[in-house]
Amino acid sequence: MMQDVKLLEVQNIGRTFGGLAALSGVSLTINRGEIYALIGPNGAGKTTLFNVLTGIYKPDSGNFRLEGVEMAGKKPSEMAKSGIARTFQNIRLFSNMSAIENVMVGRHCRTRGSVLGAIFGNSRTRTEEKAIAEKAKHLLDYVGLAGHAHMLARNLSYGDQRRLEIARALATEPKLLALDEPAAGMNPLETDSLKSLLETIRRDGVTLLLIEHDVKLVMDICDRLAVLNFGKKVAEGEPALVCSDPLVIEAYLGVSVS
Amino acid sequence: MDTFLQQLINGIVLGSIYSLVALGYTLVYGIMGLINFAHGDIVMVGAMVTLTVARLLADSGLPGPVILGIGVLTAIPACMAVGYLVERIAYRPLRNAPRLAPLITAIGVSILLQNLAMMIWGREYLSFPQIFPAQTMAVGGASISTIQFLIIVSSAIMMAGLSRLIRKTRLGNAMRATAQNPEIATLMGVHVNTIISITFVLGSALAAVAGMMVSAYYGIAHYDMGFILGLKAFTAAVLGGIGNIEGAMLGGLLLGIIESMGAGYLGTLTGGVMGSNYQDAFAFFVLILVLVFRPSGLLGERVGERP
Amino acid sequence: MKKTLKFAAYAAILAILPFATGLAFGKTWVRILDFALLYVMLALGLNIVVGFAGLLDLGYVAFFAVGAYCYALLASPHFGLHLPFWIILPIGAFAAGIFGMLLGAPTLRLRGDYLAIVTLGFGEIIRIFLNNLDTPYNITGGPQGIDLIDPIRLGSFSLNQPTSHTVYSYYFLFLLFALATAFVSMRLQHSRIGRAWAAIREDEIAAEAMGINTRNIKLLAFAMGASFGGLSGGLFAGFEGFVSPESFTLTESIMILSMVVLGGMGHIRGVIFGAILLSILPEALRYVGPLEQSLFGRIVVDPSSLRMLLFGLSLILVMLLRPAGLWPSPARKRELLAHGETAKHENANIYDAGR
Repeated sequence: MMQDVKLLEVQNIGRTFGGLAALSGVSLTINRGEIYALIGPNGAGKTTLFNVLTGIYKPDSGNFRLEGVEMAGKKPSEMAKSGIARTFQNIRLFSNMSAIENVMVGRHCRTRGSVLGAIFGNSRTRTEEKAIAEKAKHLLDYVGLAGHAHMLARNLSYGDQRRLEIARALATEPKLLALDEPAAGMNPLETDSLKSLLETIRRDGVTLLLIEHDVKLVMDICDRLAVLNFGKKVAEGEPALVCSDPLVIEAYLGVSVS
Repeated sequence: MDTFLQQLINGIVLGSIYSLVALGYTLVYGIMGLINFAHGDIVMVGAMVTLTVARLLADSGLPGPVILGIGVLTAIPACMAVGYLVERIAYRPLRNAPRLAPLITAIGVSILLQNLAMMIWGREYLSFPQIFPAQTMAVGGASISTIQFLIIVSSAIMMAGLSRLIRKTRLGNAMRATAQNPEIATLMGVHVNTIISITFVLGSALAAVAGMMVSAYYGIAHYDMGFILGLKAFTAAVLGGIGNIEGAMLGGLLLGIIESMGAGYLGTLTGGVMGSNYQDAFAFFVLILVLVFRPSGLLGERVGERP
Repeated sequence: MKKTLKFAAYAAILAILPFATGLAFGKTWVRILDFALLYVMLALGLNIVVGFAGLLDLGYVAFFAVGAYCYALLASPHFGLHLPFWIILPIGAFAAGIFGMLLGAPTLRLRGDYLAIVTLGFGEIIRIFLNNLDTPYNITGGPQGIDLIDPIRLGSFSLNQPTSHTVYSYYFLFLLFALATAFVSMRLQHSRIGRAWAAIREDEIAAEAMGINTRNIKLLAFAMGASFGGLSGGLFAGFEGFVSPESFTLTESIMILSMVVLGGMGHIRGVIFGAILLSILPEALRYVGPLEQSLFGRIVVDPSSLRMLLFGLSLILVMLLRPAGLWPSPARKRELLAHGETAKHENANIYDAGR
């Protein structure tokens, strides 16, 4: 295997909510081109860590670096500009905008159209707008939503809405795409479909971070994963190794395996 | 020192009134997440009704406090009715609408109430009849009039009563539960719609009393008075922490004292550049300062989980 | 070919309108048309803030005031300055834009209802200051305001001469600006910025996560809306020749908001329609007085309180019955209906319980 290049280095992240330590001393590393998962029982702190890594929360202690640049405490929009994009557990699309408009919004941070450009319609703005629309259409095709471009986001099927969220996040040209339970609510067929999409995305150079409860999916596609329990990292590594780790088994089943 | 004490007393009186009105705002915001723009106008209704009754009974020979009592007992049901109607007709259908909608409706209700009042009572400032002897008590160099005393005492009693209601009764529990999480409250058997109506009506009753106090204290009432008063009381509610009962009481008193002191000393502080005619701008400044630097208020806000 | 014909027809109607109105109803009504055009500009400006970005501003008239007083201070005997209008109008618009940013910077992160109250407070503060800044130095002329403002002059041609044609001259000037305002609004709506505003309106958290600096974009909406207001203010001052704090009350802010709401928030054509309707309505109501007199023998309802009564009632009725406005854009209708349905059906798409 090629030498792993570190994309995201998380060091000692801690975060407390009103006296309760949701995260303490969490450190992990995500390598470029990996599909990496965060798993753990409910309440383990996965979503909290996720939200710290995407700028929704500022950690109380510790830091994390994206390609060497410190990121903790930056706003979500700065995170996106730096290359971390995300989807949401309970889908937050722009419901009353069309699918293609949703994706076009994702292009915002990679384009520069100004107010004056919009008003006077100079050639640079017009060219840029065309490019935005084309890229958006391309992304819709990429995730399998060709033909749905002008459908209202809220009228799409559940599975299609999840795909649209991914397309929108991809529009920001992320280095790291963070997906919050992308397979939630999907049947096996949809999950398979998602699996191949994720593998395609990885093949095209985007690193993936997932929170996922679907163990089979995680085992199938993840290169490495981290297990959290009670706000601490319990194990990290390749799936087979992690799953035979007695601490991990204890975390999930609550019994220690002798 | 005399001025200081006097301004302090004036501030406490003013603050007591603000507290009563602020309670209405905070109760409604806590339970519905809505700023009832029209609340100040319900205070106005209370003031107008009390004043009308007082004028009718002014020559009847009844003692002052009795007249006032009758006035307030007439105003309370009137305001409760108005509050109930407003909630049912203008706010309830919009419970699930985007945030902008009930806000706009509330403005409409406020305009409606003001203009109805103008049609009923006319445009002029109406004066409160002299039903109280101009007695004052001396308190350490300052003086406190009968009305001022009445206001402070009755406010305190009402606030204590409300506190007890919220904390110790079944109704209070239901109200707090609904404020925290209406969906779960329904599952626990609370009739959320009824509780919301009761909250509104309760707030309106307090508004009626506040209206009585304002018209008796300042001696005048007019259709336009609800607006500024409402805004100041809302500032008080935010200052103390919206949704927080103790916050509304504290915020009201504080704002009253700040305003009173400000009016008294602003002239000297600014070397005569700004006089007491900037008094109203005060409350706005306080509001902006609070919202920018400490939006959750002094005692912390209490709003439930809301989408 | 058809499009050019349509365009020509509209142009012809707009060109003839003032003269037809003047002949049919008299010059007062042409003046009303002029004011209607000013309101169109104001409503379009507020539309950027409320309709596009979804921010409730209840003190919009403050920006109108800034623009008007800028003009008054720079083109009247008050300070002895008489700058030409094509310099002052941009200054007024710019000044209003700055005020918009000053107001927005600390407050735009507040949630909707708080923002509404703060903007209301701001509007009132501006009015109080305008009313009181005549001592110790007379800056704003106090309650009396500033008088004898220079009319708008194009070269040596003053729009106030000949006096019989003033209302017509100003009509065409205002029409030009109103059309420009509408044009700019349309361009903004369908641009990258317009999409960002729509995204913020739909879901601010998601918008931020997608790389939109929501604070700056909201500030931009505020500043743009404010500068439209300032521009109209300058035109107003030149037209009236006189400004005083009385013209810039909360009632005005609410009326402009009503125009946007009634016409359909975010829908440019609807907002123009709302502005024209609501600026003509009060004038039409003047006939109610004599009508009541002849029907009932006396005035039952005072026409000016009737006007406000109808405003209040219409705000309530529109929100209850036609929340997307009297003439909404299809998108907005979807949005407002969506909230009712999804909330009822517990659709997990809307709420993010993960935090």
